Amino acid sequence: MAAHNVKHALFCAVVTLVVAYPILGLNLVAQGTRVGLEGADASTIIIIFLASVAVFAFQLYRDTIMASLSKAPRLNPLAGREPMPQARRVKLESWVLTGIIVLALFWPFFVSRGSVDLATLVLIYVMLALGLNVVVGLAGLLDLGYVAFYAVGAYTFALLSQYMGISFWMALPLGALFAALFGLVLGFPVLRLRGDYLAIVTLGFGEIIRILLNNWTAVTGGPNGIGGIPEPTLFGMEFGRRVKEEGNTSFHDTFGIAYSGEHKVIFLYLIALVLAVITALVIRRLMRMPVGRAWEALREDEIAARSLGLSRTAVKLSAFTIGAFFAGFAGTVFASKQGFISPESFVFLESAIILAIVVLGGMGSQLGVILAAIAVTILPELAREFSDYRMLVFGAAMVLMMVWRPQGLMPMRRTHIELKRQE
Amino acid sequence: MLVLEDVHTHYGKIEALHGVSVEVKQGEIVSLIGANGAGKTTLLMTVCGNPQASSGRIILEGKDITNEATSNIMRSGIAIVPEGRRVFSGLTVEENLHMGGFFNTKAEIRKSLDHVYELFPRLKEREHQRAGTMSGGEQQMLAIGRALMSKPKMIILDEPSLGLAPIIIQQIFQIIGHLREEGITVFLVEQNAHQALNLADRGYVLETGRIRLHDTGKNLLANPEVREAYLGR
Repeated sequence: MAAHNVKHALFCAVVTLVVAYPILGLNLVAQGTRVGLEGADASTIIIIFLASVAVFAFQLYRDTIMASLSKAPRLNPLAGREPMPQARRVKLESWVLTGIIVLALFWPFFVSRGSVDLATLVLIYVMLALGLNVVVGLAGLLDLGYVAFYAVGAYTFALLSQYMGISFWMALPLGALFAALFGLVLGFPVLRLRGDYLAIVTLGFGEIIRILLNNWTAVTGGPNGIGGIPEPTLFGMEFGRRVKEEGNTSFHDTFGIAYSGEHKVIFLYLIALVLAVITALVIRRLMRMPVGRAWEALREDEIAARSLGLSRTAVKLSAFTIGAFFAGFAGTVFASKQGFISPESFVFLESAIILAIVVLGGMGSQLGVILAAIAVTILPELAREFSDYRMLVFGAAMVLMMVWRPQGLMPMRRTHIELKRQE
Repeated sequence: MLVLEDVHTHYGKIEALHGVSVEVKQGEIVSLIGANGAGKTTLLMTVCGNPQASSGRIILEGKDITNEATSNIMRSGIAIVPEGRRVFSGLTVEENLHMGGFFNTKAEIRKSLDHVYELFPRLKEREHQRAGTMSGGEQQMLAIGRALMSKPKMIILDEPSLGLAPIIIQQIFQIIGHLREEGITVFLVEQNAHQALNLADRGYVLETGRIRLHDTGKNLLANPEVREAYLGR
């Protein structure tokens, strides 16, 4: 019996009650035109009470439980295995990746429209997370306003198509370049800042962009957003039932197949897939180039990096600009997918989610970030069955991650020799 | 090679260097010794342009670099091994060395890499190891090797013996002597006055932001004032 744990356990149990009761025990009920508060039924109250008792018991015997857990056999059977030789690992990795990409190419033809739509969203987040990974994971610059560049990309496309009738394929590079320009412009004033200060300024920048979009009604339509954003075309073939623009043909007519709304969804998915793969490959290449190493060097030790003749300005700006570029990419695809955008899509929460993906995946690791993007986007969708509690499930998953794998799902790996333990 | 003429340096309103003049000639080892807070590191940082001198002139190979940006100075044939080693701990030994030759061509990097590995066989053994996992002495070797990667004409070392075991310090000083034989000019800043003056052609003694003494290394070692203050007799 651990007497010294009693106080702590009691405290935890009370916290459980205080947190759980308002969330689970009180319900908002519509009463005519007003909303009233109603207590939950007896069984819910009992469950809340039992949960708090369970927390109390666990905290009381925590030391014993944890000790017996650590005595249990290792869950990871590969833990004691010798690491694979470097060359073989790289080969295996590239084979696995190629396999996944090929699978992803054919997958949408066999599943429902909803899943393909969700997968497109996942791919957009993959692009965003890979871009932010350059800024946060590699260059070590904490950017809390990353969503601003995403917004710039999306609005560039929306505005250009509205006022100048520019198509998706024209807007794609323009949106990315325009976002990159914003990255460059933001980069200059914040170069001197580090850590917390940088985070605050970028956070402010993200909000400025959103508020600007919200209030510049004459141009951006304000909170009403911009609709009627065109979908991408395939060599001048449109995916709608009827051709909207003169000179274009429709996809189903050209190939003599029946019209189906799914074509468009799958096409968008494939575009997002190709762009996500391009993003991953380009950044992978950059990481292996001197500029990638310069980002890491600056993150590791700014003074040492400068002592080697690296220009702090150039290195930080390049990271900011490249990160913003890919956010612009993602923004353009997002605008095209939704067909309608408003400032509401670019709130701070988006920045936080993208940052969470990068941290969850393991800073700097591409594969980890991709896995995390998939997990973070799909998990809330899967948890929809729990309706009200899905954010609770999401939060719990995050906390567990931080406890068990604080370095991320797949932390960035560096080749190094492991010394054999002596018997 | 490197000349400082009446250099004053300020941190905000506080003057850290009160008119320092130092000269390092081609092919020499020059040691700068002084107590804590004398301004040794400030002097080196001023050479590197961070902070910049508020008055006076710094001339590197006949070129005035007083108001140059740090990145430009560090690319003009001078390399520094910063105080406390400052290797990139998350990067491997090889990557650290590559960073040192950042502005050179691939062929040049390969050549200097071989040279550094020849100088420090220990680093070759640890080629793929993360720098942060190595011992202090190995990290110091790496820091020196990294500085050599840019093929500098002159190398500045800030307290290379800091926190190292005596036997490792011996090795490091041997290497520094070896660098002179290769024709690299060395500007050495040390608290370890005995070793530093023993090796040096000439030496300067810095005291609270002013050059107090200036002589050959041998003479300074014999100087009663220096013996009293820095060598414990």
